[in-house]
Amino acid sequence: MSDNLTNPKICVVIGASHAGVNFAFALRREGWQGEIILFDSDLELPYHRPPLSKTYLTSDDGIEKNLLKSAESYQRDNISLRLGITVADIDREKKNIVLGDGSLQAYDKLVIATGARPIIPAILGVATAKNLFPLRTASDVSSIRDCMKSGAIKKVVVIGGGYIGLETAASLRKLGADVTVLEREERILSRVTAPEMSVFFQQLHAQHQVDVLTSKNVISIESHNEYNEVICADDTLYRADMIIVGVGIHVNKEIAEKAGLTIQNGIKVDASARTSDEHIYAIGDCTFHHNLHYNRFIRLESVQNAVDQAKVAAAALCNKKPVYDAIPWFWSDQYDVKLQMVGLSQGYNQVLVRRDSENDKSFSVWYFKDAILLAVDAINNAKAYVYGTKFIKGRQKVDQSKLVDLSVEFKPANLLSE
Amino acid sequence: MAKITFITSANETITLEGTEGSVMALAVENGVRGIDGDCGGVCSCATCHVHVAPDDMDKTGVASEIESDMLELDDNADEYSRLCCQLEISDALDGVVLTVAK
Ligand SMILES: Cc1cc2nc3c(=O)[nH]c(=O)nc-3n(C[C@H](O)[C@H](O)[C@H](O)COP(=O)(O)OP(=O)(O)OC[C@H]3O[C@@H](n4cnc5c(N)ncnc54)[C@H](O)[C@@H]3O)c2cc1C
Ligand code: FES
Repeated sequence: MSDNLTNPKICVVIGASHAGVNFAFALRREGWQGEIILFDSDLELPYHRPPLSKTYLTSDDGIEKNLLKSAESYQRDNISLRLGITVADIDREKKNIVLGDGSLQAYDKLVIATGARPIIPAILGVATAKNLFPLRTASDVSSIRDCMKSGAIKKVVVIGGGYIGLETAASLRKLGADVTVLEREERILSRVTAPEMSVFFQQLHAQHQVDVLTSKNVISIESHNEYNEVICADDTLYRADMIIVGVGIHVNKEIAEKAGLTIQNGIKVDASARTSDEHIYAIGDCTFHHNLHYNRFIRLESVQNAVDQAKVAAAALCNKKPVYDAIPWFWSDQYDVKLQMVGLSQGYNQVLVRRDSENDKSFSVWYFKDAILLAVDAINNAKAYVYGTKFIKGRQKVDQSKLVDLSVEFKPANLLSE
Repeated sequence: MAKITFITSANETITLEGTEGSVMALAVENGVRGIDGDCGGVCSCATCHVHVAPDDMDKTGVASEIESDMLELDDNADEYSRLCCQLEISDALDGVVLTVAK
């Protein structure tokens, strides 16, 4: 019988969000008898992040409607949740963590689930800009909502045309703001999707009177009494009563780095989510990990990865020999459009589009490297998402000519090569 | 108000009362095992899969198109399957029995 299970030990988790919380509950389920202590700087009970830029932003709900687990669940599973506490250091030799107030907490096993924080770019004037917010936490949403409710917000500029920026633009539009998105690259979502998708989302936003402007490199912000002016390198200027910054994230890797753990584009972990220290694991957005299916080291920002790595680390701590082997998936909701993505499209050399319905807001984009299906983006088309998932998982060979032939009914059996 | 009964894979029977919100949210709030609700209830993750007792199907209705497509991800899905984030609590659901999918 495993030592970790019979001989109560202390497992400490830094970061109580999708990764840390799912890990703690999974660890109990695996039979861990010892203490489980979760620390997070955020004061709120841990909540879902994806809705923050979507339905939660446009609702009047309090965060209690959006919790990962109820307060009682933590009690029932005997998980201590210590909120409002920032972990300052890890002392690997003494197996302690140092809390913000200088006090210590011993651990036998440590899990780093510190995630990421928004990048606030060093644009001239950013520090003095009025009503400028990132969107990562419940408190960011409260600030944005308060601002919207004040009635003083007519024009919003969103810096960054990634998923968070676009979702926030759609939500603020729904709340009645006049929204402009400024993207530095030549097309939106350029790092994550094919041009077909960029065009689709650009048009979708245009239909909702949201201007999505590309090749707009913001270089400074001038704030006046009541409003800001956002100035781009091409000398164009946009008025903004509120500015949302969605230009990407920094991994929260500093405490791991200071402790001397191996860092490479994130905290490097093995297939069981273990870091270069055998007593320390890392999970979620903060990790640089190996994806078995694509045979490549990657960093992912997704609920899927946070939850799946959480399960792997919990099993590993209970002396099973898990191997992280997941196909990445992700979703984004904007207006009445649901995008579902599966796989990793990087490295594709062919893109095929399948459009079954009359509805121009329902289709799927299939990414191939030669004959191999890498990824699928499905727009209002869960079928394509599900088939894509199965084909990729099973490494099945898709018949490309049938895929684009609308006379071939869209069914798995019809789409595979003989 | 509706009383909703969950039977977990450990064969626990839990009856909960709810007035609003989704059945998934009620289950998560009360820590019903096997209902994770990883996507927060937007029909994107299929981690809130339940089998409705056949007699209760007229109360819950059948899965919508996107829901039944998503259910295809799970080999255990059958004609009584629902993603319970798509079940809105109302008086109409009073008395339903849901078996949490494995
Ligand atoms: C607005 C928004 C929309 C999103 N939409 C989607 C979506 O539709 N689909 C999807 O799959 N993903 C989405 N994501 C991404 C998803 O939310 C993240 O991948 C997920 O939250 C990662 O979980 P995590 O636990 O690894 O990290 P995080 O959620 O970043 O949590 C890390 C936690 O650690 C805490 N922490 C960090 N350092 C310390 C420290 N030193 N001491 C104490 N606590 C610390 C932080 O306070 C934080 O609570 C979205 C994210 C955002 C912000
Ligand atoms: S909670 Fe994700 S599909 Fe129901």
